[in-house]
Amino acid sequence: MKPAPFGYAKARSLSHAIELLGTDDAKLLAGGQSLIAALNMRLSRPALLIDINSVAGLDTIELADGHVEIGALVRHVQAERSAQIARHAPLIASAMPHIGHPAIRNRGTLGGSIAYADPAAELPACLLALGAELDIAGPGGERRVSADNFFRSLFETALGPRDVLIRIRIPAADANTRVAFSEFARRQGDYALVGLAACARAKGKHLEDVRLAYFGVGPTALRARRAEAALAERGHEEAMRALRTDLQPDDDLHAPAAVKMHLAGVLLRRVATQLLEQRA
Amino acid sequence: MSTLAHDISLEVNGERVDTRVDARTTLVDFLRDALGLTGSHVGCEHGVCGACSVRVNGTVVRGCLMLAVQCDGMRIETIEGVADTGEIADLEQAFIARNALQCGFCTPGMLLSAQELLMSMPRPGRAEIRAHLSGNYCRCTGYQSIVDAVEAVAQARAPRRSAAREDAEK
Repeated sequence: MKPAPFGYAKARSLSHAIELLGTDDAKLLAGGQSLIAALNMRLSRPALLIDINSVAGLDTIELADGHVEIGALVRHVQAERSAQIARHAPLIASAMPHIGHPAIRNRGTLGGSIAYADPAAELPACLLALGAELDIAGPGGERRVSADNFFRSLFETALGPRDVLIRIRIPAADANTRVAFSEFARRQGDYALVGLAACARAKGKHLEDVRLAYFGVGPTALRARRAEAALAERGHEEAMRALRTDLQPDDDLHAPAAVKMHLAGVLLRRVATQLLEQRA
Repeated sequence: MSTLAHDISLEVNGERVDTRVDARTTLVDFLRDALGLTGSHVGCEHGVCGACSVRVNGTVVRGCLMLAVQCDGMRIETIEGVADTGEIADLEQAFIARNALQCGFCTPGMLLSAQELLMSMPRPGRAEIRAHLSGNYCRCTGYQSIVDAVEAVAQARAPRRSAAREDAEK
C-alpha cells in the first residue's frame, strides 16, 4: 500500500524539532525503518513528519565518565563497526547482527528502535539488562530516565508527545562484566520469537547482579527477576524453575505460549553457560 | 514548510535531477514512476523482501523505507546505474552461469546486496553470504545457486585484490 498524505518538515535543530512537535499529530522521522513501513500499511497516519536526520550532535559514540554515550541518531551499522561499543558495551555489539538485515541496519537508528519499543526488538532488552539510562529532551528541558522506568507497555515509553530521545547511556564494561545474548528467529534478522539479553558481574566462580531481559514474551521487553536471583544464588536449574513464574507469554502469530516458554528456557540455559564460561 | 509537495535536487546514476515530489512518495516509487527506472522492484512495501534495494550515498537501503523528499542533496544509484558502469559485470555473469535467477524479480536487490558484501569483506564464507543476503527474498532458486555465484565471484576477485594490494605496497 501507499502512505496517506502527510506534511514533511526538516528539523534544523533539537529545539526546532521540539517546537514542531507542538503541531497536532506530528511524528518524528529518524531512520524510518519501522515508521515508514507503518505509514505504507496505513497503520500510522500522522499529519506531519518531522525529519530529524539533519539535527547535529546526535550521531556520536563517546566514552564519558564511566559510560558509553550513544547519540540517538547513531545508525545500527555505525554501532556494529564501533570499536568503542565492541570494547565497552559488548552486549550491544553481540545483539547488532540480529537487528534487521544489512540494508535495514544501514539506515535504522538506535534511538528510533528504542523509542519505537517493539516488544520483540533486541535493543530495549539490552538496555534493561545493562541498566542503561536514557536522556530525553522536551519543552521543559532535559531529563534522564532509567531503562527500568522507560518501557511502559506495548509501544509505550516514558516519552511524552513533545519529547525527543537524544542519548543512551550504558555503564562501561570492566574486567568483571559478563554479558550474553541469544535469540530464536525464523530468519536471520527477523524479529525474534523469543530472545534473551543478559548481564552479570563475575565474583570468583560465581555471578552476582544478574540481569536477564527477555523480549518477544510480553508487551515490552521484561526482566525475569526471580530467575535473576536464582541464577546468582542457586545455579541455573533453580533459575529454570523460577522462570516459570517470571514469564507469562501469550500465544501470538508466531508461536503458542507453550513453545515460547520452552524456548525461553532453552535460551536461559545457553545464556547461563555463556555468562559462566566467559573469562576476564 | 510542512506542505505536502517539496522541491528536491538529487543525483541519480550520475545525473542531476531537479523536481517536485509529494512528501508521501517513497524513493522506489519516485525512481520507477517519475524517472522510469523500473529495475528496482516493489515487493512487500514494508522492508521485508529487499526487491527495492538501491544505494543512497553509497550504502544499500530499502527504497520502500525512505521517502523521496528525504533524498534532497543525496546521491542515488539504482541497478541500472551500477550495471552500466560495469562494476558488477562479473556478478551478473556468475548469476547467469549458475542459474542464480529464474523470474528475476529479486535479482537487482540481490546483486546490490552481494556487491556491498564483497566490497566490505573480500573472502566471505557461505554462512556470511547467507547472513548478508538474509534480507533479500528469492522465491525461485532456493538460494543455493545465488550463494554459489557470490562465492565464485569472491574467489575470482580475491587474486585481483591481493595483486592490487601488492602494487600499492611497491
